[in-house]
Amino acid sequence: MREIVKKATRESFGEAITALAETNPNIVVLDADLAEATKTGIFKKKYPERFIDCGIAECNMVGIAAGLATCGKVPFAASFAMFSAGRAFEQVRNSVGYPHLNVKIVGSHAGISVGEDGATHQCCEDIALMRSIPGMVVLNPADHYEMQAAVKAAAEYQGPVYIRLGRLAVESCNNNEDYHFEIGKGITLREGGEITVIATGLMVSEALKAVKALEEDGIDARLIDMHTVKPLDKELVLKAAKETGRIVTVEEHSVMGGLGEAVASYLSEVCPTQVTKIGVQDVFGHSGPAVDLLKEFGLCADNIRATVKKVLGK
Amino acid sequence: MNAQERKELQLTAAKVRLGIVEGTFHAKSGHPGGSLSSADLFTYLYFKEMNIDPKEPKAPNRDRFVLSKGHCAPGLYSVLAQRGYFGEEELQKLRHIGAMLQGHPDMKGTPGVDMSSGSLGQGISAAVGMALAAQMDQKSYRVYALLGDGEIEEGQVWEAAMFAGHHKLSNLCVIVDNNGLQIDGPVSQVGGPEPIDKKFEAFGFEVMTIDGNDFEEIEKAFQAARTCSGKPFAIVAKTVKGKGVSYMENQVGWHGKAPNAEEYAIAKEELTKTLEVLENA
Repeated sequence: MREIVKKATRESFGEAITALAETNPNIVVLDADLAEATKTGIFKKKYPERFIDCGIAECNMVGIAAGLATCGKVPFAASFAMFSAGRAFEQVRNSVGYPHLNVKIVGSHAGISVGEDGATHQCCEDIALMRSIPGMVVLNPADHYEMQAAVKAAAEYQGPVYIRLGRLAVESCNNNEDYHFEIGKGITLREGGEITVIATGLMVSEALKAVKALEEDGIDARLIDMHTVKPLDKELVLKAAKETGRIVTVEEHSVMGGLGEAVASYLSEVCPTQVTKIGVQDVFGHSGPAVDLLKEFGLCADNIRATVKKVLGK
Repeated sequence: MNAQERKELQLTAAKVRLGIVEGTFHAKSGHPGGSLSSADLFTYLYFKEMNIDPKEPKAPNRDRFVLSKGHCAPGLYSVLAQRGYFGEEELQKLRHIGAMLQGHPDMKGTPGVDMSSGSLGQGISAAVGMALAAQMDQKSYRVYALLGDGEIEEGQVWEAAMFAGHHKLSNLCVIVDNNGLQIDGPVSQVGGPEPIDKKFEAFGFEVMTIDGNDFEEIEKAFQAARTCSGKPFAIVAKTVKGKGVSYMENQVGWHGKAPNAEEYAIAKEELTKTLEVLENA
């Protein structure tokens, strides 16, 4: 077992990209005046000549990243998810997605855990937007170790990738020595036969707490850490549906267009299964401490546990 | 530029214009007006200005061109065909199902297209990224971006211009095809992008305004762009929309409409005559 690390995935990202840059001279990092918040500042400090601050102009930043990629660079373009994936959506679609350029779009402060900044900055639509672009890989790592591995995989992958970063510190769940990250392959964190919880990003650690508590309730729940929302690990989802029947998905994202809909839409065609989606229910967030907001929106272990019990009628 | 050089460029430009008419006629759609106004700029860039080799369209140290006003793809395709990137017969398949030549430039499948474009305002940012890559790698290649005067109503153009000026990208040359017309009417009435020169100056560019349908002026501008140091360069090229086809000239209706069979025949006849006159001069 590796030591349990409690760290925000944005910080793990900043460290990982800085470490990778040592062996990959083509990596460059772009930001839009948020380097301290997105943690690209860690990279900037070590590689100022490979760091490009684009100012508060995310659409231009994505276009510049596209141009750099045509010249062999591996650009990571970062801002808050609301702006890199939201504001610049059409630039990502037309200047990066359509030409299938080797650009990595980084969206930090995703979801409602932005907290006090409130609804304008709480992006719960980025996964939906990014997964609708043909050829786009969508990664939402759960913890420090997974983020490190995901950034490495994204840098090695030839083509556009979206990586979602969280603001809150989170305890690592992927602590096994034999942990192996592969784009499009979910991680089964806990075996179980009665029901499957599929979680992504920040929600994986909450789901892990929930399934442990469910064990005390006498419920044998499986837990999948779906770090890649696209391409979805269909094999793993289908196996879970066949072996455990009911599925509960958990994401810090709108229930529209995210992990839950990806799972439900796939299963509805191949193996109709009851899928219950925990996520943001078609509402805007609001200001407040992040942890309190997560509780209010049901994005916490207690609600996952209660939802699973309700689904099972227990 | 001597008389012979000028004549050769004019001949090539007439052939490029024929290709534009040919392509849009067979496509039954597309944008002839702005393609024709830019035809002399395309011709000078691909036959005189840029360091390129059609046999090696991906050569790492080549000069780059981004058609930020991507709807003028018929003009770009026609000059690429003339320059030998692909056969002229491709032009007749423009916009057809399964064709290489898409309605707007697609870098994935078209030799010589350095960037996919079409959504206005985005190409210039990609060009800035290319120029920045050259600067970071201390490479000597130059980057050219052609924009429409309606296109510069997009805010992203000015985000890119601010960045280019701030980073002193002297290897970047932006050309604005200032034909004065956009879909809804004269640019002065629709979006009011003028004064264009003063705007680019304010964003840190060296600017030159020229007659964009005159090869001697085009040459002077590109030479000035090459010698400009410490600043990006912008050429405001005053042109005639629909240039070379009498009934299309300065007519806003020819922004995005293809000629029918009768109109095609007239355009072909006019441009063929232009070629003959030039050849016999």
